[in-house]
Amino acid sequence: MYTDKVLEYFRKPKNLGKIKDADGVGKVGNLACGDMMYLYIKIKKDGKKEIISDVKFQTFGCVAAIATSSAITDMVKGKTIEKALELSKDSIIESLDGLPPIKIHCSVLATEALAEAIYDYLSKNKRPIPESLQKKHDQVIKSNEILEEKYEEWVEHQEE
Amino acid sequence: MTNNKTKKKRVYLDYAATTPVDKAVVKSMLPYFTEKFGNPASIHSAGTEANKALEKAREIFANYLSCDLSEIFFTSSATESNNWALKGIARAYKNKGNKIIVSSVEHDCVLNSAKWLSQNGFEIEYAPVDEFGTVDLEKLKKMITKETILVSIMHSNNEIGTLQPVKEIGEICKEKGVLFHTDAAQSFGKMPINLKKVNIDLLTASSHKIYGPKGVALLYIRKGTLIEPLLHGGGHERGKRSSTSNVAGIVGFAKALELCLKEMQDEKLRQTQLRDKIIKNILKNIPNSHLNGHPKNRLFNNVNMRFDFIEGEALMMELDNKGIEVSTVSACASSTLQFSHVLLACGIEEKYAQGTIRISLGRYTTEKDVDYLLEVLPKAVEKMRKISPLNVENWKM
Ligand code: FES
Repeated sequence: MYTDKVLEYFRKPKNLGKIKDADGVGKVGNLACGDMMYLYIKIKKDGKKEIISDVKFQTFGCVAAIATSSAITDMVKGKTIEKALELSKDSIIESLDGLPPIKIHCSVLATEALAEAIYDYLSKNKRPIPESLQKKHDQVIKSNEILEEKYEEWVEHQEE
Repeated sequence: MTNNKTKKKRVYLDYAATTPVDKAVVKSMLPYFTEKFGNPASIHSAGTEANKALEKAREIFANYLSCDLSEIFFTSSATESNNWALKGIARAYKNKGNKIIVSSVEHDCVLNSAKWLSQNGFEIEYAPVDEFGTVDLEKLKKMITKETILVSIMHSNNEIGTLQPVKEIGEICKEKGVLFHTDAAQSFGKMPINLKKVNIDLLTASSHKIYGPKGVALLYIRKGTLIEPLLHGGGHERGKRSSTSNVAGIVGFAKALELCLKEMQDEKLRQTQLRDKIIKNILKNIPNSHLNGHPKNRLFNNVNMRFDFIEGEALMMELDNKGIEVSTVSACASSTLQFSHVLLACGIEEKYAQGTIRISLGRYTTEKDVDYLLEVLPKAVEKMRKISPLNVENWKM
C-alpha cells in the first residue's frame, strides 16, 4: 500500500531528532488517531534573507506520518522562511510518489508542524505574523492542549 | 524459512490472520479439481463420487464436534456463517422476540450483522467484558429477557486470544431458553469442542485458520433449530444453503482438521511454551510494555502486546522490514482510523491501544523464529521510541 519512497523515508528517516537550541519549535497533534509531531528549526540570517539552516523532527504516528515529516525536513532545509511556508501537502505527497487516501491527513500534520515552528520563531522574535499563519496557529493550539493533557501523566510516569 | 543472499529472511507470525495450506491438504484436494470434478447434486457416477467425498468430509466434522452429520452446513467463509447465524435466526424467531445479545468483543462480521439487524427492527445489546476481555456472566444473565432470541458470543477472541466461558454461557442460555451461537473461528481445531457436553446451538468454523484453503467454512446448527436461509437456489445442504458444493475445498478443510486433531496435544504444548517465552521475555526486557488479554486463559498461539509511546502500524512495518510479519489494530492502521473496539471494551485507553501488535504462532513457527523475533523486537521498539516525541526528555521544552 505504501510506495517505495515512503518506505525508504520511513526506514531511514532523515533529520531525525531534536535541536536543543532551536530557534523555533512546532508541536502539532492529530485528534483522530492521537498522533503528535514535533519539528525543530534553526534560522540563519543571510543579509535580509532568513534561511532554515537546520531542521529536525520527532513523530509519534504511523508510517506515513514518519515519512512525511522526514520528507518535509528534507525539502525545507536551506530554504527561506517564505519559500518554506509555500510548501503544500501536495508537493510532499508528490515527492513521495503518492500516499494512500486515508493517509493524506498525516501529510497535513507535517505542513502544520512546519508552520508552527515558523510561527514560534517569528513570535519569539516579536515579528509580524502573516494572517494565514496566525489562523493555522489558532486551530492547532486547541487540539494540542487536548493531546498534551492526554499524554502528560503517561509520559512523566514512564519506566526508565 | 531461512535466508540466503537473494532471499530475505521471512518469519511469518500472523497465523491468526490466515495460515498456509498444508501440503497434505493440497494433495487431498487435487483429484477433486480434475478427475473427480462431479457435482454432488448429480446422481450419475461422477456426481455420486463427489457426493461421497462430501459426506465423508462431513463425517470428520461431526465426529470432532460430537454432533450429527445433518447438523453440519458448509458455507464459503466464517463471515457468511456468522451473517447467516444472526440474520437467519433473527428472521426465523422474530415472532418470539426481537432482542439479540452479542459480546462487545466480537469480530466485525458479527458486530456488523448485528448492526444491520438493528436497522431492521431488532434490538441489539452488547454484553460487557472485564479487563481481560472475558464476558461478565452475571451481567449477561441479567441482560437476557423474554424478548431475547439469541446470544452470540465468540469461543475465543481473534485479537487478544481470550477464551470465553462458553460452557457457562451455554448453561445460562439453556436455563433461560434462548439460542446460543458461538464464532469458533479461532478455537476450532485447536482444542476439543464437544457439543454433547456443551450447550451450543450454532457454531462457526473456518478452514483457512487451520491450514486449509480459503473460501470454505461451516455452520453447525443444532437439530430442531429454525433458521432462514441467506442464499436461495437449488436447495443444497438440505435446502438451507444453496450453492454448488465446493467439493475440493470441503475435502481440504476436512483433511486440515484431521491433521490438527492428530497433532493437537503436541502443538498445544509446543506453542504454549513459545507463547509464554515471548510474553515473559518482552515484559522483562522492554520497559513500558504490557500484555493485552488474559495471562493464562488465552489461545495457545496468541500474543498481544502493547508498547507505550509508539504507534502500532509503524512498529509492524519496522518488523516487516526485518522480515517479521505480525499484525496491528492501531487506529492509524484501521481503514476508518478507529481504535480497536476489543481493547476499548477491555477498558484500555486510546493512547495505550495505539501501540499494540498481535503476534500469532502456528505449525511452522520454530524456536529459532521466536529467538529472532526476540532479538529484533526490542530494537524495533527502541527505534520507534527514538522517533517519538513522547519521552521525558523531549516532552517539556
Ligand atoms: S498518524 Fe495516524 S494515520 Fe498517520
